[in-house]
This record gives sequence, structure tokens and C-alpha cells, in this order.
Amino acid sequence: MSESLVQSAPNALSASDTAWMLIATALVLLMTPALALFYGGLVRAKNALNTMMMSIASLGVVGLVWAIVGYSFAFSSGNQWIGGVDHVVLRGVNVDARGSIPHVLFMAYQGTFAIITAALISGALVERMRFSAYLLFIALWAALVYAPVAHWVWGGGWLGRAGVLDYAGGTVVHVNAAAAALAVALVLGPRRDYGRQALLPHNVPYVLLGAALLWFGWFGFNAGSALGANTGAALAFVNTFLAPMATLVVWMGLDIVRTGKATAVGVATGIVVGLVAITPAAGFVSPASAIVIGALAALPSYFAILYRARTALDDSLDVVAAHGVGGATGALLTGVLASAAWGGTDGALAGNVGQVGRQLLGLVVVAAYSGALTFVLIKAVSLALPLRTVTRAERTGLDITEHGEEAYSHDEGTVLVLPMEAAEPVPSLHSVLEPSS
Amino acid sequence: MKLIVAIVRPERANEVLEALFRAEVRGLTVSRVRGHGGETEPVETYRGTTVKMELREKVRFEIGVSDHFVEPTVRAILDSARTGEVGDGKIFVVPVERVYRIRTGDIDEMAVTPPIPAAE
Repeated sequence: MSESLVQSAPNALSASDTAWMLIATALVLLMTPALALFYGGLVRAKNALNTMMMSIASLGVVGLVWAIVGYSFAFSSGNQWIGGVDHVVLRGVNVDARGSIPHVLFMAYQGTFAIITAALISGALVERMRFSAYLLFIALWAALVYAPVAHWVWGGGWLGRAGVLDYAGGTVVHVNAAAAALAVALVLGPRRDYGRQALLPHNVPYVLLGAALLWFGWFGFNAGSALGANTGAALAFVNTFLAPMATLVVWMGLDIVRTGKATAVGVATGIVVGLVAITPAAGFVSPASAIVIGALAALPSYFAILYRARTALDDSLDVVAAHGVGGATGALLTGVLASAAWGGTDGALAGNVGQVGRQLLGLVVVAAYSGALTFVLIKAVSLALPLRTVTRAERTGLDITEHGEEAYSHDEGTVLVLPMEAAEPVPSLHSVLEPSS
Repeated sequence: MKLIVAIVRPERANEVLEALFRAEVRGLTVSRVRGHGGETEPVETYRGTTVKMELREKVRFEIGVSDHFVEPTVRAILDSARTGEVGDGKIFVVPVERVYRIRTGDIDEMAVTPPIPAAE
């Protein structure tokens, strides 16, 4: 979101801006269930619910952390590094204008970003992490990693003042989540079957549906980052419309050249990579530049995915390749193609070569901070709770062991435990079902 | 000839396949089945409904072999399917009256895998 809009507070509510931001907030919130479908389809059937729950749970856990401390750490005036405690538990967050929309709405809109950023990390952890440890981790991460980074770029912190361009969160959201994903994946270690068995997506239609809904929600993510119903929002919207189209086409082309067939999982991934890449640039570049960014972004992420699969790094759903590499490509190309005429600062093509350096600075600092602090946080969580499920649970599937449910249950062979019996403690439950014992 | 029917854990199915191929057993049929072998039943809850899952997912292998291949086949399955916990499954060795290979019309020993090499 353009920093000037966050900072300036003319205290004049605009009805049209408010109307658009109400819708945009709902759109971005939809991206998290969409991510649940995207990730859920990519894992094995026995882990489908656990994987989807990792995203869905973020709606509650990170949403509340945001309301309690996250928003204050990110957007109350503190110092260059972190906001203060003025807005803890939403104190002082009222319906008065922040920019041209009610302050409560601005808080909610920003909250949807925190929720999806934490959920993005889960793609690197699926099929092996204890759910309780995951919940504790994302709660801490949202408050101590996401909120300060959002403050640096958007909340009046030092990266924004240094001139780093990040329209809707290529660095704050995607590079940040990818660095965290890498750190946690390294600490957790690979799934026991990784590299030994084929770990195939169990429902590719879910993956396509998830990618489509992510695209839909992303219009709120990027065009909403204008924080108003204005020309910047329209530009960001159209760039979010065009860039993934280019990525999709190039991705299919790479698939066809390499294997002779365009794949559905590839297309879904291409859409997401295109969306990630245009995110930092959305309101700063021309529509023609958006097509260039989308097309170019396909290349590094495509080959990063091929390469990752040959390594011991079990970044299971390629968070680093899609969001880290895609986000970095987008951030750097923003420095090249940004244009003052379209709402940004001039980039390298317009003679401002230094902008690429500033973009690189933002990337490196955010990735280093996020990676290092995430490493510390996950180690701290491991002192309180076991991080990994046991081998047997990993074999049975985390849906049953972590949630006591199955995504695709059978009704034959199940014995109904009557409500009165279920209310009793578990030991007597067995004696009810097996009267002989 | 015998028909070997093995019921194993789904998560061991790949190991069993690999062991069978190593033992040069190449003709087999695999199906997903559900069954109960004395293991404890997980309890699941859906809203207010609590259920015990009496049946667990299993994988059934069916392999027609000539008599001298029964031992190696059974040993391959025993070694690869065992985890040591209740629910590892069963192997049944069943006599077979007659086997036909549909493609060639071969009968009995010539029709099971691996066939007895034809006299050269």
C-alpha cells in the first residue's frame, strides 16, 4: 500500500473509498480458505484436512493476535523498527478516519494480510507437523515477525522511508513467508517418505479451484492496497488481471517444451507465481510492464521448483520457489519498471538505477530477519511442544491422528457412540462398547 | 500352483511391491480393501456424532505362483510388510485348481508368474 496514503491522515471519510475497502477486506479474507483448497489438494488424502486446517486456523489464531497486539506493533506510531502499544487490544481504533476510511476498517483490512501470510508458511510444513505446535508458532510469528516487517515498509518504518517500493506486499508478505517457511522446513526435516515414495496431489481439481479463488481474492489484496476507490486501485486491479495471464501462458509453454504436455498443477502454480510477482508492482507500473513482469516471473520459479524436488529440502508445496523466488523477481522488476507516470517512483528503465538496489536491500533485510527470527521462534516452540508427529502418525495420516476426522470417510464399519456415552470419559467409553470387559 | 493372498497396511504397500519385484515376482493384482484385524479403533467426532472406526484401510495383494515360488514370495511379503504392531495383516496361501493366461491360452504352471522356463 502506498506509504503516503497510510501516513497522511486528512481525516475526511470517503463513502466510495469505504465501500471499496469493505469489499476488498472480504476479498482478501477469502484468499485464506482459497489457499486451504490449493494446499489441501496438493497433499495426500490422509492429510487433506490437516493441511486445510493449517490455513483455516490462521483465520482465528492470527486474526485475534492481530487485534490484540499485531496491529499495534505494525501500525501505531512507535519508532523506525516497531510500532508502539497505543492500539493494543484495539484501544483507540474507532470509526474515525484513517486516511479516508474508518480506522476499524483499515485495521481489519491489514489483519487479512497477516492471516494469509502466516498461512502461506504452512505449505512447507505439511504432512508432518503437530497441529498444537503449529498454532503456537503462527501466533508468535504474526506478532514478532509479520507485524514488525509490516511496520518497516508500511507503518512508517525505516524501509518505507528508505524508498523501498512494495505496493501490496511482495516483500512484506511473500518473501517474508518464504524465508520463514525455509527456516521451519529445515528445523522440522523432511517427511519420512520424502525422496523414497511418490507423494502425489490427491485432488487436482481442488488445486485449480484454490488458484482461481486466490486470483479472485487477490484483486482485493492488490487493488485494495490503494486504500481507496481511485485510479491507483484501477491500475492495480488491471495489473493483477494481466500479469498472471502472462505467467500462465509462459508456464504452459515451459511445460510443453520440457515434457510435451501442459499440466493442471503447473497452470495453478503459474497463476499464483504471477500474482505474487505483480504484488509489489501492482500500482507502480504500466499494464504493459505488468505483462512483462508476469511473463518473466515464470522462469525462475519454474526452474526453482524443478531444482528443489531434487534436493533434500522438503519445502513440500514449494513456498520458497513460488513465493520467495516469485516475490523477489517481482520486487526487483518493480525497481526496473516502476514509473512515476503510473503512480510509483521512476525505476531503472526511467533512469533511476538506484531503485533496484533499494529493492534488493528490502528483500535481503526482510528475508534475513524473517529467516533468523523464525528459526529462533520455532526452536523456542520446540522447547514447549514436540514439533513433529511420530512415525506411526505420519503413516496413518494426520487427519486421524491430529483431528480425529477423515476428509473422505466411509460409513460402513463405523460404530455410533451414543451422545450420553460419548460424554463419559474415554476409559468407560470402551467398557460401554465392549460390555464383556 | 498356489494363490497367495496378502492383506497388508497401505503404508507398507510400496515396500511390499519393491520386495516382490526383487524376488522376481512380476505378476500380481492389488486392490484397496477395508478390514479389521484386532487393532484398536480410532475414535472420530463429527459435530455431535462420535464414532469408532471398526474398519481400517488395507491393501490386498493377489499373486498366482508356481509351487517352488511360494516360499520366496511369502518371505518377501513377511519381511517387507511387518511393523511389529497389531494390524500388520495376513498372508493366505490357497490351492489353485486351474490357471489360464488369457493372451496365449497357456495353462497352469505356464500361466503363472514367473513361468517355468520352456525347455530350450
